[in-house]
Amino acid sequence: MVHQYKNNGLNIVLDVNSGAVHEFDEKSYDVLAYVKTKNEENHDFTVSELEGLYKDSFFEDSENKEILDELVELTKTGLLFAPDVHKGLLEQVKERKTIVKALCLHIAHDCNLACKYCFAEEGEYHGRRALMSFEVGKKALDFLVANSGTRRNLEVDFFGGEPLMNWDVVKQLVAYGRSLEEPHDKHFRFTLTTNGVLLNDEIMEFVNQEMDNVVLSLDGRKEVNDQMRPFRNGSGSYELIVPKFKKLADSRNQEKYYIRGTFTRNNLDFGEDILHFADLGFKQMSMEPVVGDESDPYAIREEDLPVIMEEYDRLARLMLDRERVGEDFNFFHFMIDLEGGPCLSKRLSGCGSGTEYLAVTPWGDFYPCHQFVGQEEFLMGNVDAGITRTDIADEFRGCNVYTKTDCQSCFAKYYCSGGCMANAYNFQNDLNGTYKIGCEMQRKRVECAIMMKVAKKI
Amino acid sequence: MKHIKTVNAETLNKTVKKGGCGECQTSCQSACKTSCTVGNQVCEQKK
Repeated sequence: MVHQYKNNGLNIVLDVNSGAVHEFDEKSYDVLAYVKTKNEENHDFTVSELEGLYKDSFFEDSENKEILDELVELTKTGLLFAPDVHKGLLEQVKERKTIVKALCLHIAHDCNLACKYCFAEEGEYHGRRALMSFEVGKKALDFLVANSGTRRNLEVDFFGGEPLMNWDVVKQLVAYGRSLEEPHDKHFRFTLTTNGVLLNDEIMEFVNQEMDNVVLSLDGRKEVNDQMRPFRNGSGSYELIVPKFKKLADSRNQEKYYIRGTFTRNNLDFGEDILHFADLGFKQMSMEPVVGDESDPYAIREEDLPVIMEEYDRLARLMLDRERVGEDFNFFHFMIDLEGGPCLSKRLSGCGSGTEYLAVTPWGDFYPCHQFVGQEEFLMGNVDAGITRTDIADEFRGCNVYTKTDCQSCFAKYYCSGGCMANAYNFQNDLNGTYKIGCEMQRKRVECAIMMKVAKKI
Repeated sequence: MKHIKTVNAETLNKTVKKGGCGECQTSCQSACKTSCTVGNQVCEQKK
């Protein structure tokens, strides 16, 4: 499968199955498009099929023939029209014994903000307010160690609600986790996702000492942030939070953190919010499209997509401009490592929800991920009994880019790995479904990310 | 080549040889939580 597109004045060709990326001149870009019309079924070619095209009168033109020579050469070296040979590996991946390597600990089902788009419904997840006890958290860490097999690096994200509302338990659990490391030959990577309201110097010091990554929630410009992320009394959170986040990011040398925003249809010019982060001095940022029911006034609608696509393109160009003058920053959703990046096993097995990644509620119940918490049909077990619904784990393990019909013809399938399971279920009531608006945005982000790599290399 | 510049020739197949150790970060533990960003992750063996 070959995907060709124009972006920022570049003619980019991604060979999907090999991952090879090429920059074509105008003439060869058009010739490739012509060649693809010669196989209307799947637009793919073997070397001999391509060579068969020399008989086509189109290639009597010497320049067209010269370009076909180049296409044949690339195909011979496996960098164009590469066949999909990955399915065999998938069987090996599926047969592997499942181990658990990451937990999302819902340390507090409570929150001191009332963000309007919160999928956790102000921290309560369709349920009651609750804080995780140390005992429940301890059992969760024991479960993780016991079920992690030979995996050394274990991840625990302190999530909520707002985890700083249960800070003492976070500290106790970090200490407990550290005590497990040497006897079990494990290494815990703790992370924290916070709205920053309760951040103080003592917490920052602990975070810098113990947390591999911190995710700091802020939506961007003051008016944008305060519209969607108010306190419960309706007042805005920006003024209180921004100085704390700036201090924390600086104290971590502008590394190992993300300032993470959510954009909605209220700020389709979200590129301005990312630039606002940059102007505040942040270097690591993420901006996710809101996920909400289409009846929500802030939800992204299909009709918003053209504006969003243009905004991603604009942002990519602006980031290149800023890099040229030494003002570069990382945008999580444009990060891509073409030479390395995740291995095929990872790309085929997806996010790991319900198998290697589980969410734990304050009272110790397991769910496939944080987004499924509160949906009782996905309750998988608990910290005392372990995984009692192995059928749910099997169902999640069985989902991948090959079982999702919509993914078959998508050029981005090895970058999103079939997309978010929660989105698939919430929008299509099917784990093997897709969230079409999300897919459109994902494809654009992959295109922008590759364009930026190409622009920097040529 | 005159018309085509190859920007990346590292093929996904090559990653099979080093891959599958599973020591890398789970995608939702990084900075998404509402999408899926496997392609953004870093291979642990490259660190």
